[in-house]
Amino acid sequence: MSTILLRHMAKHQHGTIATVNVAGELGRRIREMGLIPGTEITICGRAPLNDPIALRLQDSTITLRNNEADHILVQVEP
Amino acid sequence: MQLKMALAGNPNAGKTTLFNQLTGARQHVGNYPGITVDHKEGRLSHGGETIIVTDLPGTYSMTAYSAEELVARDYLVNNRPQVVINIVDASNLERNLYLTCQLLELGVPLVVALNMVDVAESRGIEINSAALSRHLQVPVIPIVARSGLGTKALLDAAVAVASENRPWTPLSISYGDDLDAALAEMLAIIDEQRFLTDTYPPRYTAIKYLESDQQLVERGEKTDAEAARRLQQLVDKSTDHTRRTLDVYPEAIIADQRYGYIKSLLRQGVISRKYDADRLYTSDRIDKVLTNRLVGPLIMLAILFALYQFTFSWSEVPVSWLENGFSWLGDKVKEILPDGILRSLVISGVIDGVGGVLGFVPLIMFMFFGIAVLEDSGYLARVAFMMDRVFRIFGLHGSSVMPFIVSGGIAGGCAVPGVMATRTLRSPKERMATLLTVPFMNCGAKLPVLALLIGAFFSEDRAQYMFFFTMLAWLVAMLAAKLLRSTVLRGAPTPFVMELPPYRLPTVRGLLIHTWERTYQYIKKAGTVILGISILLWAMMTFPHLPDAEQAEFAAKRQAILAEAGTDIVALLEGQGDDLPVEAAAVKERLAAIENDQAEAALRHSLAGTIGTAMEPVSRLAGFDWRTDIALLGGFAAKEVIVSTLGTAYSIGEVDVEESQSLSERLKADDNWNRVVAVAAMIFIMFYSPCFVTLVCIAKEASWKWAAFSMGFNTVFAFVLAVAVYQLGTFFNLG
Ligand SMILES: Nc1nc2c(ncn2[C@@H]2O[C@H](COP(=O)(O)OP(=O)(O)OP(=O)(O)O)[C@@H](O)[C@H]2O)c(=O)[nH]1
Ligand SMILES: [Mg+2]
Repeated sequence: MSTILLRHMAKHQHGTIATVNVAGELGRRIREMGLIPGTEITICGRAPLNDPIALRLQDSTITLRNNEADHILVQVEP
Repeated sequence: MQLKMALAGNPNAGKTTLFNQLTGARQHVGNYPGITVDHKEGRLSHGGETIIVTDLPGTYSMTAYSAEELVARDYLVNNRPQVVINIVDASNLERNLYLTCQLLELGVPLVVALNMVDVAESRGIEINSAALSRHLQVPVIPIVARSGLGTKALLDAAVAVASENRPWTPLSISYGDDLDAALAEMLAIIDEQRFLTDTYPPRYTAIKYLESDQQLVERGEKTDAEAARRLQQLVDKSTDHTRRTLDVYPEAIIADQRYGYIKSLLRQGVISRKYDADRLYTSDRIDKVLTNRLVGPLIMLAILFALYQFTFSWSEVPVSWLENGFSWLGDKVKEILPDGILRSLVISGVIDGVGGVLGFVPLIMFMFFGIAVLEDSGYLARVAFMMDRVFRIFGLHGSSVMPFIVSGGIAGGCAVPGVMATRTLRSPKERMATLLTVPFMNCGAKLPVLALLIGAFFSEDRAQYMFFFTMLAWLVAMLAAKLLRSTVLRGAPTPFVMELPPYRLPTVRGLLIHTWERTYQYIKKAGTVILGISILLWAMMTFPHLPDAEQAEFAAKRQAILAEAGTDIVALLEGQGDDLPVEAAAVKERLAAIENDQAEAALRHSLAGTIGTAMEPVSRLAGFDWRTDIALLGGFAAKEVIVSTLGTAYSIGEVDVEESQSLSERLKADDNWNRVVAVAAMIFIMFYSPCFVTLVCIAKEASWKWAAFSMGFNTVFAFVLAVAVYQLGTFFNLG
């Protein structure tokens, strides 16, 4: 197990969110979408210009920008 | 008895669908998060009770950052509805219950409507609503808002809860030892000072303080500064503590605990899944192709192009019907009314002006129908996703895409619904930048002018030029947005964190509501503003009349021609036979030429002519003569009147928007016009002041100050561009 930034995850890679370290509006928007520690995610892909990222949670698909993904650490299989 | 019922829930959970289903109303539904932005009221009766239903904007949680979220929360605490129906998307239960949890913490009398059970079922998700109800201790009713299934049971439950009339009973969730301790201390202060207790339950206030809810904190400061200061101290202390020991903010702990509460509840036999979590739903499979990095953008272009084709080719027939209808009407009026002021008013003022606009209704309708399909199917959210990176370069947001397309980004739209569509943008700065630049798009009203001028001067490559001007509109709008965002609207970008809704088959009802709603705004404009403006312009172009002496001069010239021709030919002309001999036809033409001269002289003498002539020295810089000035002045009111005004100003009598053939020939032959002037004119028309209705709309959505800014800024900007084009083009002798 190792932890990497969400930004650096590859397409189709699975992982479990380890920390979300940001307060304020962005933090809240991330959390209210269900992106909290313990959530399992899979990267669906990226937009044509590599940004934003689309990720799959159990029941929904969420998109966020690379610089927003930088606040999220994910635990992945090496 | 009358009771108040509010519909609350996540964006895109189906609140408006349920609202329409319950009340028979026709509110805008779309498969795009954030469609409803203000609360809407409707009424219904159920079992002898009159129920006032309020549709609230969707929110993911109860902390208010944006205007819509404030609307939802303020409504609940200020209006205190007897019952709140929380619409929950069964196919995405966990995330949806996050809001439910906060509604329970607020303590409102709640009924949970478990919506979209059809979708959940198709995904192999089964929800035991009785178990969920037991755990949440509120009624949970499964429904399908689209079909109306379960709505009767829902209303029964809602009326039952409302008639209990019990006081608000807030749920209290444990937030872990550290925060619970802090909450207890804060509660002591709140209870002692009765701090905001007339609006919020004490524990709720304390939690919102820990979550640093700005709006509530500000309100607290105003109400009781001393208590607020003491609360803030406690918040700072516990923030400090959690930051040091756990390296997290209290708000993160609160969110975690809420989700923990939901998860443990769902685990107790509430939800069961037939398929494993990695299973791809149909939506994901579609997305594999439609948002693919390589083919995605190509498909997007193809779809937009198909929409363009669909709009223009399919609407051709109904547009021509309408046009024929209006010209038939004009002919009828000509028969009935005697020659004179009244006839001229009805034909040139009313029928030409309003008919020119209404003639375009089918085109606008087809365009909006196409956009509705894109929006309701969920594709527009993907476009926002794919375009966000590009839009961000210019200081906009992926969600700006919809307003731009509605305003005419694909050519043919209307800035009025476009400006309104900017409401889906959450950040005020990005929203303002979008709102001020969407009028640059080529809306349905500018198209006829562009078509006329391109047809007259660049008939060889019509399609290419049309495409070029569409692209130019985008380029200029983007650059203008960038300019605004780096000067008057400077500020950081807002988060893009957004949900991609699953693809859904649009409902016919939804599409029709959607198309009609936007088309209606366009029609309303024709019936009100444009009617008034056409009459005003007609009056300005008719009065004051030529002095009698000059009129007599023209009459004398006509007499001279007739006298010269002899009685035989005069008889022929009066007989109004269709095939005249050559000599008679020549005489007729000479007479027509005099008529034209007289019309031109009359126009120059009129109020509009005087203004146009006065403006000519300045407008000459961009190559526009006094007649063009009159048309452009009319365009301040509505771009639709430019073609008909040009027609009248170039004295051809009736010119209607589509059949501008003769006008285009006339322009081609006129000394004042050439290719360079045409391009300068098109550029000016594309970018100058938004039409009057759009300005009113901007004022309503932003303020009159911004509307005035938009009018002034765009006009100056467009004029500078037009002068540059004209001067350079003339210098290089491109005309
Ligand atoms: N299959 C299915 N689709 C539904 C159901 N209810 C609503 N929808 C669809 O869900 C989408 C969202 O519906 P809306 O009623 O606009 O949602 P809303 O909650 O008002 O959304 P906002 O105004 O954005 O907060 C639309 O495409 C509806 O047609 C349902 O019971 N079943
Ligand atoms: Mg809605």
